[in-house]
Amino acid sequence: MTEPPRTEPSAPALSPLGWARWAWRVLTSMRTALVLLFLLALGAIPGSLLPQRVVSVEQVQNYYLENPDLAPLLDQLFLFDVYASPWYSAIYLLLFISLAGCVLPRAAAHYRLMRARPPRTPRRLDRMPYSATLEVDAAPEQVLAEARELLKGHRIADHGDSLSAETGYLRETGNVVFHLSLLGLLVSLACGSFFGYRGNMLLVEGDAFANTLTSYDAFHPGTAVDPAAIQPFWMRLDDFEASFVEEGGMTGQAESYRADVTYRESPEEPERTHVLAVNHPLRVDGAQVYLLGHGYAPTFRVTDADGQVVFDQAVPFLDRGDGNFTSDGVVKVPDIAPEQLGFTGVFLPSAATDDSGDLVSDFPDARNPMVVLKGFVGDLGLDSGNPQSVYQLHTQRMEEVGDSPPLAVGDSWELPDGATIEFTGYRDYISLQVTSDPARPYALASAVAAVLGLLCTLFVQPRRTWIRARRGEDGRTVVEVGGLVKTEGTAPLRRFHELTTQLNRRLRRSDRQADMEKE
Amino acid sequence: MHVLAADGAVDPVLSDLSDNLVLWMIVVYAVALFLFVFEAAYGRRESLKGTRLVAVGAEDGEGGDGVRVNLREREPEAKASRHFLGKVGMAVTVVGLVLNLAQIITRGLAADRWPWGNMFEFVIAICLCGVAAFLFAALRYRAHYLGAFVLVPVLLLLGVAVRWLYSESGPVVPALDSYWIAIHVSALILATGAFMVSGSATITYLVAHRTEARKALGEQVSAIAAKLPSAELLDRVAHRMIVLAFPLWTFGVIAGAIWADEAWGRYWGWDPKEVWSFITWVVYAAYLHARATAGWQGKKAAWVSLIGFGCLLFNFFAVNYLFSGLHSYA
Repeated sequence: MTEPPRTEPSAPALSPLGWARWAWRVLTSMRTALVLLFLLALGAIPGSLLPQRVVSVEQVQNYYLENPDLAPLLDQLFLFDVYASPWYSAIYLLLFISLAGCVLPRAAAHYRLMRARPPRTPRRLDRMPYSATLEVDAAPEQVLAEARELLKGHRIADHGDSLSAETGYLRETGNVVFHLSLLGLLVSLACGSFFGYRGNMLLVEGDAFANTLTSYDAFHPGTAVDPAAIQPFWMRLDDFEASFVEEGGMTGQAESYRADVTYRESPEEPERTHVLAVNHPLRVDGAQVYLLGHGYAPTFRVTDADGQVVFDQAVPFLDRGDGNFTSDGVVKVPDIAPEQLGFTGVFLPSAATDDSGDLVSDFPDARNPMVVLKGFVGDLGLDSGNPQSVYQLHTQRMEEVGDSPPLAVGDSWELPDGATIEFTGYRDYISLQVTSDPARPYALASAVAAVLGLLCTLFVQPRRTWIRARRGEDGRTVVEVGGLVKTEGTAPLRRFHELTTQLNRRLRRSDRQADMEKE
Repeated sequence: MHVLAADGAVDPVLSDLSDNLVLWMIVVYAVALFLFVFEAAYGRRESLKGTRLVAVGAEDGEGGDGVRVNLREREPEAKASRHFLGKVGMAVTVVGLVLNLAQIITRGLAADRWPWGNMFEFVIAICLCGVAAFLFAALRYRAHYLGAFVLVPVLLLLGVAVRWLYSESGPVVPALDSYWIAIHVSALILATGAFMVSGSATITYLVAHRTEARKALGEQVSAIAAKLPSAELLDRVAHRMIVLAFPLWTFGVIAGAIWADEAWGRYWGWDPKEVWSFITWVVYAAYLHARATAGWQGKKAAWVSLIGFGCLLFNFFAVNYLFSGLHSYA
């Protein structure tokens, strides 16, 4: 007979729509935005403490080797890819939704306000943050005419015995532009990683490369990039120069690098030249070529026991990073019978003996270039089908045959089986990065708009001014000035007062003139 | 081919002069600090001139020329400790600023390059901007009472610079050889100077806030704490300084991104320095929003701005020495 009560009267359940409204209101509130801002800052911290794949894959690998137990755990929390992780993405996406939900309605309201006339004069101006009254002889029409002149740059509306004026719309415009620009910046970043690519390579003096996938040592394409269809430019390194500080406390510090290159935008285009330097990239067909570093590529000539030259080329050696370009490298000589030859070597651009008698390099420039080699004979393993790094010698199927003496340019070292390796000199090489990011201009435009918007929203002070002029009972004109500001500080109040004083001064002057004319 | 640079191109006379100027600058700032502390402790609490409409002739009543003005809210109480020696302190600070500037110019001329290329030079330049921002606040907002609170961190920084960060005058690495150093680093140094004044004002604000709370409870407050300017005034100066510094910081970070695009081939790469300047930016952005949010004004917002200042300091010192990144030039 009686139905059980379905809902408790004291707490009416929200409909799904109601819940959605409530969630939207919470998400777009300033308080939530604040919390999300803190989370955004807090979440960025682990990315600076732990190595990041986006910065250096090698550092992450090293971290794995040093902390084999902890690293997989951290990886599961995406702590090596913080800025691309689901949880960090969630924070900034929520923040941007909150931002859009807050800013778009404000933008609409601001648009309506900008199209509307300044609001009517309230009955009581003395309730405004600033108000002033004065009495003059001039007629009300003249008062309003003077006020109009003083309020140049304001938008003015007439209301018979009063006028209202508004200025400083740029504050809210700037606010909207600033927040939307941040959104634009985020979209540009995303587009860049989607449609752009980045690749690295080494280029020895005199050599050239064509911009194809096979030229790169490492290539990181965006998801939407077709590696077969990248810009078809071509570039050759003609000459490289580095200069170093020779004396004083900063001896050995690099002073400048410059690389003279010749390039072609595409196979049909004519050759052009460019000076490639740090801070001076080559821009070609929407891609940028950067000079990241340099090193030495010693040149070797290998002759077999019959006197036949079987190897004659430059081999890039990698800088150890000791500041004096002590460099390690590997020479692989596959085309020699009966057994292949391999060498690991150390290149010293300025060889000298240190206090303990060891051979070291004591300057980054090539003052006294020398190499020391360790020779191996056997099978280099190049035919196994597995790709090999050019900087690693696989010695499992090779036999060590001993160390060479330090070789200066022109020196040769004869191996036990009759082959000879000669250190014929060296060439410079440069390490290059090629990047293509079609969204860069949009990112820049967003950033510039953000700064301009920020300046407007922080420094423009919107003000509303009302001026009313009525004939009083004694025949004199009563002038009321009212001012409304939303920003804090006393500066806008002072602006209102300036207006009052100027108006007063002008009217008094005209009063005096009128008196003089009467006399 | 490799070319050997003829020399490090450092003028020894100018370089010695600039090293001497550092010491003189410290002495002069220390004298100014002493004078400011004296003013704060023994001055008389007086109304500040020029911060109110009174100065132009009217407030709440009859002004000149028959104008009656009515303000809905009273302006904040603007009282601070005043003493003749404080005025001398201002003059001495200006002398210090001139020495500071001379030091930077001679160091730049000695090495024939833009004079911010290492930590030592950054600190000296930040001190210059901090003191300049203080003098600006003193002229514009009558915030001379901040003198002691700004000069303490300035002297601490200079001490750290001379004791631990000193490096000889000389050329910079090629990556820093760009006109962007003038734009990017200058903007960030200027912003840091203004943030520093804001940080000092905020700490003073928190002390003054406590003093006012204790006075309201009827407790006796003595010494310098009793003579602090009103909390509201300090809060405003701190806010003003952040409003100046925040767009400069934004611009500096963006200029850095443009430079990074030119030098390293990407405009943003999550280098530790980039991460922490981003964090600093976000925290100060949070501060600006907090001031506009009910329930977050006052003390809470002040703490947010101090966290921002902490991030700034961490970015400046820790990131250079603890992390390896592209911004390592320690």
